[in-house]
Amino acid sequence: MGLETKPLSTLHEKASYDPADFDVPTGREEEWRFTPLSRLKGLHDGSAVASGGGVAVSVEAAPEVVVETVGRDDQRVGKAYVPTDRISAQAYAVFEKATVVTVPREAVASTPTVLTFTGGGGVAYGHTVIKLEAMAEAVVVLDHRGSALYADNVEFVVGDGATLKVVSLQDWADDAVHVSHHHAQLGKDATFRSFVVTLGGDLVRLSPSVSYTAPGGDADLTGLYFVDAGQHLEHRLLVDHSQPNCRSNVVYKGALQGEQAHAVWIGDVIIRVEAEGTDTYELNRNLLLTDGARADSVPNLEILTGEVAGAGHASASGRLDDEHIFYLQARGIPFEEARRLVIRGFFGQLIEKIEVEELRERVMAKVEAELAG
Amino acid sequence: MSTLEIRDLQVAVEDKEILRGVNLTVRAGETHAIMGPNGSGKSTLAYAIAGHPKYTITGGQVLLDGVDLLELGVDERARAGLFLAMQYPVEVPGVSVSNFLRSAVTAVRGEAPKLREFAKDLKAGMDALSIDPAFAQRNLNEGFSGGEKKRHEILQLELLKPKIAVLDETDSGLDVDALRVVSEGINRFRAAGETGVLLITHYTRILRYVKPDFVHVFAGGRIVEEGGPELADKLEAEGYEAYTKASA
Repeated sequence: MGLETKPLSTLHEKASYDPADFDVPTGREEEWRFTPLSRLKGLHDGSAVASGGGVAVSVEAAPEVVVETVGRDDQRVGKAYVPTDRISAQAYAVFEKATVVTVPREAVASTPTVLTFTGGGGVAYGHTVIKLEAMAEAVVVLDHRGSALYADNVEFVVGDGATLKVVSLQDWADDAVHVSHHHAQLGKDATFRSFVVTLGGDLVRLSPSVSYTAPGGDADLTGLYFVDAGQHLEHRLLVDHSQPNCRSNVVYKGALQGEQAHAVWIGDVIIRVEAEGTDTYELNRNLLLTDGARADSVPNLEILTGEVAGAGHASASGRLDDEHIFYLQARGIPFEEARRLVIRGFFGQLIEKIEVEELRERVMAKVEAELAG
Repeated sequence: MSTLEIRDLQVAVEDKEILRGVNLTVRAGETHAIMGPNGSGKSTLAYAIAGHPKYTITGGQVLLDGVDLLELGVDERARAGLFLAMQYPVEVPGVSVSNFLRSAVTAVRGEAPKLREFAKDLKAGMDALSIDPAFAQRNLNEGFSGGEKKRHEILQLELLKPKIAVLDETDSGLDVDALRVVSEGINRFRAAGETGVLLITHYTRILRYVKPDFVHVFAGGRIVEEGGPELADKLEAEGYEAYTKASA
């Protein structure tokens, strides 16, 4: 059986805290074949040692929320997620301090909790745990900026009946490299809303995944990226339905412009035998604004039960529609403005879903700035 | 008072000649109907004047008040006072009707309309065309029925107030009620007598509501007969057969 035809479930079965359990990627592996390994500057082979300014974490927390900085031995670290690839295991093996944000049982956070990760140059590894106890509700923002070579793991533990809304903004400087796993573990009737915005960085490889520990979990994963010349922005999603009657919906949209702008989107969904009544959909759309840009989009759906409520996926990459532009121009709207209107429209409905108004405006302004050029 | 002059216009699509020398003058206050069988080139005329990139001009001129529209970009033509009501308006995801209309009005007038005034004009325009005000927040043409799309084309016509309007089969796919509403909109647009209308249609039905001053029969990529409103009656009775044979 060739690599391409291997069942998804077997591609995702490897997990270990020890980097030695994973071979150093060569670029031929299914999960590494799109990533330009040389630009990882040693994150993937253990040669990148933490040094320099690192990545500073600052937290502005809601009053109902507890924030702690803990050591490697803290019981809450590594509970929900076991690393599933070499870089993730590397980050887990060497991070020194983890940030743990806890929203106590039935607490409703009155304001967003903002974690700002500021790269100060150099190499860094990190770990973050966001834990919502039963019935808790919170909005959490992960705001990445500055310059770094950074690998980290983020665990979202969403307790029974809890609701977590996360915005992760990758707004790095042009030379930053960021490889990250975001894993959400959903309890019974838990709700998870993730909004990923990736704009900056030389290379960003973000792997959001979702697992369910009980029925009734509901996950919405939304993403937006804008890839400029020379950038490699990769999003690898995995939703693993292993419990009955859970729901997931994945929508990622990206625009690309410039030479060697490269977007990769992998959307894996597994519906296991026991996951009857699953309702899932995944969508990726890429808008290629210029020649020389490339989008790879691979949705994969593996269904191991006959009893699903709904399962589908769609992927489309294309150029701006000339007919849209013609229609707007035929009403007097100049070309550049028509183009902006259509692209804004392409992203607009997504941006409206961002929970935090200031962030919505910031993301809109960033997209506008990208469009202006 | 404005004049649109089409002089010996020749147009090709992918090296295939479609229009073979069209001559037509539309003055402010006049309504011209262009009638013809399917495939005669009527819509090509409309899109070529508006500047759709699919059509290549191989000869001739289109002058609006002496300015050759063919030298201008699509948006410049619209700002110069030309309007094309499309036969199949496209759906534009994520762009709301109100946002689109405000952008268009701003572009055509050269300045942003006062928000309150614009809202008032928009509401009045929608009322007159029996358009549900909720449509203002919907995405442009997305999920609109054929009739709703055509009403929105006429709404744009009334808001943008061009000098010359080209209406490409605006009547097609409309039931009688919608046809009446749309026709009333066209009649409001031309009531002041300061605008010219070029009405492209396959059927005479709309001409009972929008009375033309001139009727031109289009066949084989050119105008083959011209007359007054009585020519439409003749077509109604006899069909296009005589023309399609002649041009074949």
